[in-house]
Amino acid sequence: MTATTEEVFQKVQEALVEALGVDEEDVKPEATMIRDLGAESIDFLDILFRLEKSFSIKIPREELFPEDILTDSKYVADGKVTPDGLEMLRQRMPWADFSKFQANPRVQDFGDLLTVQDLCNYVQSKVSAN
Amino acid sequence: MRWFWIDRFVEFVSGDRAASVKNVVLAEEAVDDYFPGFPHFPQSLMIEGVAQTGGLLIAETSGFEQRVVLAKISSARFESIVRPGQQIRYEVQVQDLQPAGAIVTASVQCDQQPIGSFELAFAILGDRFGSVPLFAPSELLRCIRLLRLYDVGVDKLGNRLTPSPYLLGQRTDGSRMLPEEE
Repeated sequence: MTATTEEVFQKVQEALVEALGVDEEDVKPEATMIRDLGAESIDFLDILFRLEKSFSIKIPREELFPEDILTDSKYVADGKVTPDGLEMLRQRMPWADFSKFQANPRVQDFGDLLTVQDLCNYVQSKVSAN
Repeated sequence: MRWFWIDRFVEFVSGDRAASVKNVVLAEEAVDDYFPGFPHFPQSLMIEGVAQTGGLLIAETSGFEQRVVLAKISSARFESIVRPGQQIRYEVQVQDLQPAGAIVTASVQCDQQPIGSFELAFAILGDRFGSVPLFAPSELLRCIRLLRLYDVGVDKLGNRLTPSPYLLGQRTDGSRMLPEEE
């Protein structure tokens, strides 16, 4: 199955509007999931479930939430992700934009890294691989 | 007063689906006082009925060891009301079960007529919420038996469900917990 960038964005937007109760116009590519759209942890369960159904894909949770890296003392020091850790994150999440996060890679800020565009990129990569 | 908003299970298939019923009677304060002069069952309590049916359905998958709480009402649509003397039937279907939580859909019927449909999300509480159980295992088992879950409960192969070692107060090594540990 192939899907255009626009189709992917529309379906992601639909999932976010339904799961978060936000207005369609608030779901912009640059919006962050937590700070801008107000997603809470339980919402991600809802969002990913809707995306799986909508695109007929499976989303392993660790691909979006690399808890194992962020809690590994090899990759975290003084509450910040180390250069090795950043490299691991980039490999795990090649669709994510780390440019802002890497300036001050505090683990506590990681949750707000994910944008709507990142999510679209991720879904596009899964759909293309199908 | 006990916070029971289902009367009993009538179907229970581990990790998949469950159905329960609730008889609506005028003697209940919630029915009589909710809308004076027009007694009917509060729709918010139908969500609670679905939450209790679905919450136990999800918790059973871990032998009731994991703490399952209603986290989100993703959608709730009502089409009609239920009046005293009628019986509500809640049917819950598991849609997604993950380590962090679960999503269920549910339909509510009365006399074969649709009353409402819901989508709920449950969170499974992890260590960051402490480790204190929501209910003592023996008390939880008593409630589950009152709801007659084991009268109808089967696993996905159709084998009859029985109380888990956790509910029976047994440690994983088979020894019994002391009452104060429960």
